[in-house]
Amino acid sequence: MKFTLSWLKDHLDTSASLAEIVETLTRIGLEVEHVHDPAAQLASFRIAHVLDAQRHPNADKLQVCMVDTGDGAPVQVVCGAPNARKGLKTVFSPPGTYIPAKKITIAKGVIRGVESAGMLCSFEELDLASESDGIIELPETAPTGAVYAQWAGLDDPVIEINLTPNRADAAGVYGIARDLAAAGVGVLKEREILPIVGRFPCPVGVKLDFSDADKHLVPFFGLRLVRGVKNGPSPAWMQERLRAIGLRPINALVDITNYLTFDRARPLHVFDAKKVRGDLVVRRAVKGESLLALDGKTHELDDTIVVICDSNGVESIAGVMGGEASGCDEETTDVLIESALWDPRNIAHTGRKLGIVTDARYRFERGVDPAFALPGLELATQLVLELCGGEPSEPVLVGAVPRERTVVDFPWSETKRLAGVDLGPKQAASLLERLGFNVEGDETRARITAPGWRPDIEGKADIVEEIVRLYGVDNVPSTPLPRADGVAPAVLTLMQKRARAARRALAGQGLVEAVTWSFVSSEQAEAFGGGATALKLANPIAADLSDMRPSLLPGLVSAAQRNVARGLGDQALFEVGQIFLDPSDKGQRLAAAGVRRGLSGAGRHWSIKPKRADVFDAREDAITLLQALGVATGGLQIIPGGPDWWHPGRSATLQFGPKAIIGHFGELHPRTLLEQDVEGPIAAFEIILDMLPPPKAKTTKIKSKLEISDLQPLSRDFAFIVDKTTAAGDLVKAVAAADRALIVDVSVFDVYEGAGVPEGKKSVGIAVTLQPREKTLTDPEIEAIALKIVTEAGKKTAATLR
Amino acid sequence: MAEPGQIPNPWPEMTDIATLEQETLRQIAEAADEAALEAVRLAALGKKGAISALLATLGKMSPEERKTEGARINLLKDKATEALAARRAELAKEALERRLAAETLDVTLPTATSPLTRGRIHPISQVMEELSVIFADMGFAVAEGPDIESDDFNFTKLNFPEGHPAREMQDTFFLTPEAGEKKLLRTHTSPVQVRTMIAQKPPIRVICPGRVYRCDFDQTHTPMFHQVEGLVIDETTHMGHLKWVLEEFLKNFFEVKGVRLRMRPSFFPFTEPSMEVDVQCRRQGGEIRFGEGEDWMEILGCGMVHPNVLRNCGIDPDVHQGFAFGVGIDRLAMLKYGMSDLRAFFDADTRWLEHYGFRPLDFPTLAGGLSA
Repeated sequence: MKFTLSWLKDHLDTSASLAEIVETLTRIGLEVEHVHDPAAQLASFRIAHVLDAQRHPNADKLQVCMVDTGDGAPVQVVCGAPNARKGLKTVFSPPGTYIPAKKITIAKGVIRGVESAGMLCSFEELDLASESDGIIELPETAPTGAVYAQWAGLDDPVIEINLTPNRADAAGVYGIARDLAAAGVGVLKEREILPIVGRFPCPVGVKLDFSDADKHLVPFFGLRLVRGVKNGPSPAWMQERLRAIGLRPINALVDITNYLTFDRARPLHVFDAKKVRGDLVVRRAVKGESLLALDGKTHELDDTIVVICDSNGVESIAGVMGGEASGCDEETTDVLIESALWDPRNIAHTGRKLGIVTDARYRFERGVDPAFALPGLELATQLVLELCGGEPSEPVLVGAVPRERTVVDFPWSETKRLAGVDLGPKQAASLLERLGFNVEGDETRARITAPGWRPDIEGKADIVEEIVRLYGVDNVPSTPLPRADGVAPAVLTLMQKRARAARRALAGQGLVEAVTWSFVSSEQAEAFGGGATALKLANPIAADLSDMRPSLLPGLVSAAQRNVARGLGDQALFEVGQIFLDPSDKGQRLAAAGVRRGLSGAGRHWSIKPKRADVFDAREDAITLLQALGVATGGLQIIPGGPDWWHPGRSATLQFGPKAIIGHFGELHPRTLLEQDVEGPIAAFEIILDMLPPPKAKTTKIKSKLEISDLQPLSRDFAFIVDKTTAAGDLVKAVAAADRALIVDVSVFDVYEGAGVPEGKKSVGIAVTLQPREKTLTDPEIEAIALKIVTEAGKKTAATLR
Repeated sequence: MAEPGQIPNPWPEMTDIATLEQETLRQIAEAADEAALEAVRLAALGKKGAISALLATLGKMSPEERKTEGARINLLKDKATEALAARRAELAKEALERRLAAETLDVTLPTATSPLTRGRIHPISQVMEELSVIFADMGFAVAEGPDIESDDFNFTKLNFPEGHPAREMQDTFFLTPEAGEKKLLRTHTSPVQVRTMIAQKPPIRVICPGRVYRCDFDQTHTPMFHQVEGLVIDETTHMGHLKWVLEEFLKNFFEVKGVRLRMRPSFFPFTEPSMEVDVQCRRQGGEIRFGEGEDWMEILGCGMVHPNVLRNCGIDPDVHQGFAFGVGIDRLAMLKYGMSDLRAFFDADTRWLEHYGFRPLDFPTLAGGLSA
């Protein structure tokens, strides 16, 4: 919503400065977004008189002008404009002036050997026109030396407020003045709008053709004919105001409707009466009907849209936009003025459906003051008579202006209750009355009736807002929120703690946290087990952001690839975030995933052997994560292989049983990467944090008893020969099972294939740590355990000693 | 005098004690290593050594002779022993010095980076933790909910009228409708407030951080971003408390001594009265400082929970009341840590993440201060 200061002062008698007005508007909820003061940036531009103009000695297209700037001796200016000539009154800017359109500050200069002390300006340079073909030409009467903007009446600041959707009343300058007056900035100039006396009956009838159920669509419709008007350009003051707020003046009749839309938040429509055939009928459109509207487009209509018709057919889309055929132009001599009430929701629907944004729609869909429908018609008629002459008919008024008002039963204590502000009933009532509310009641409660221009008022909370708005929300005293005694209790849920711990653990592994989109392309979704229709967006913002991600991996993989394209080949990224298995609440899971690409760890370094990130890095990341989250990994099964997007021979499924799969790790399938145009190999893992077993509920924080033996542990190494395909994990398990009491650790220190080991076999070096419990083990006892280890390994994995 | 199987005395004639002393000390001093020194020791003090041999002669002497000779011979023995120890220590010291000289390494060689120096926490995660630390201290729990929501929880229960522009396809992402309910991606975390109010009886104090989605994509808007909302419902909480909570929150979040807030009336469907909050700041050469200056920056929206919203969640607005507020987490991060382009948050450029990210062990705490 835009308006100018002088326009505001038409309705508000105030001595407040622009700054005070702007500050107050923002304070009472009419947030000022922008103040454009054309005079401010044009303050240095003065009216000047060209005393003489001679051709530049060194340039054909330049002239050397002697200019009287009204400030002492004439100055010399070099000018390239073809219309610079002796005797011309124009606009001059001295050195040091900022030229808004060119975003430069001019300086004294020498142009082709001739000094130039300033510039003669075009409208374009003053940012007053988009193009000019010469410098400004002013009438001879223009006073030399005067500030041009002041002389031209350009010093009226334009104020733009960011109107919230609830404040339909402030969609007119009058409403804004009323709010400012209520806030104590000046006095509202209330002018009586007198009914126009019709000289003859309106020859055009109006019929509202609606079923009872549809009557709410048009509660009231007012129409009046003014005949014998002379339409032409509207007066300069009206044109200036319309231009200042960004509207294009068209002709007086149309400008009057636009002017009142902004002046009084009262949209109107004018028909050229000579182009209207028969009576007007207001009804639902019929499918198949269409209208060439004033926007130059033909709109297809249907029965959800309300239209105004004559015997030619549809002439106007109710409350949104008129038709081209019946519009007013310079030839119009008889005009029909329409002022009606429309259903806000229907107008919003129509505007959206047809994609039409107009100032009329804006106001009708937010709700106009029903009581102003008729005064609006009178005011419009009055302006038409003043500006265009003519003879008014009696009005045609169909339907009835709704008289119901919102009444709120309001205990005065409510302001203290909700806002913490203790205003006496008197002060509160006076604030409300200044806004046009009617207050009846006593010291404890009141019946408060909202004015017709405030359709947003529903209940007590709205009344509190009005009171506090004028009192100043900024004056509400800051009040400490009472807090529980003692130390603040812990508040995080298990999953929240897991998410936090997962991030720290993975960052501690040297991975860098990424936050990638929750949506991926459908190709990515399908490649990683997703792509279900129910998880596709109906209106994605881009084709590659169309499906809710089934996994964190596609986002991380493409992030890694983007970095590779930047020349950053070694990647170690992770993300902790939501994935989507179905659209239900339970279909959203919390996952933690990581990808490594290129050299792992510290990369190339003199002290370490560089190694490509592989399945074992991924496994370490996954297992480290589980251990950092306190998940007991004793029962964890690592089953080779995983879903399609994993390398079949270099991946594994992590599970606590066939129905308790918690995630996967491994290398991603080369085909999957190829399809995504990703340069692999990439080692990755993904763990579903919701699937991890919850910690056992414990009644005490005391840890299990620590037993430290006085006896030294001892270690024995075994070199087993097994089939190449035998899982080392199975061999480790078999060895550990040989004596669960004495064997405390089993580790693999060597895996070897090649010379000395039979074809198709591998040698696995295993170190076993024994912890004697009660007494030192004798050699025969140790031998017995070793034998058992070998036997168990042989039984379960066909292992033989090397 | 030599006995069978014994090392002969190298100095059979050297019975002159003074000569023996001179010769022994010279040999000790000249011993070049441990082995040579041991040979000298054996020759002098070994079982068959020259000094040992002298000592053996004492038995055959008269008591007077033994007294004077004994003292001289024992003095010689002590001198030799002492010299041997001194030389041994000297040799050990020289050996150590030689070893150390040989062991010198180039300590300026750079070491490999450790995982703790390479890993990073994303600024969004860090800021979310900072927020929960501050609000946990004020008694707020952290509530979360699904990203895929119903129209009912995202709009209807929050008092959005039918036909509200936010419900349009150009603002909100909808999922492809299958049989059943029309689902959408939440446009704010307010549905979590709704879920909390339905599930929990007042008093309620929660913050709701999370991902939210709107159809918008430019330098300052991304189709996905992060928000934190706060909700307090009880029987007494009013706008004054709201103001205090926001002041405490912003002061502690920006880690300044105090902030001035400016509240302005505004409008949201789900709060009444509704306000926008500007925070005091100073803009200086592209940098923004909070807690000082005379400028204002719009930072968040808030208000008293609308009676219709309370009713929609089964709470009686004549008994219970409270406030709600919402603020962008990404925006808070940008204001506090100085990133300029929102889109970079989700691009995963590792140079950006390494620069703006946080170290694995930079835990925000109240005791230690939010940021390092």
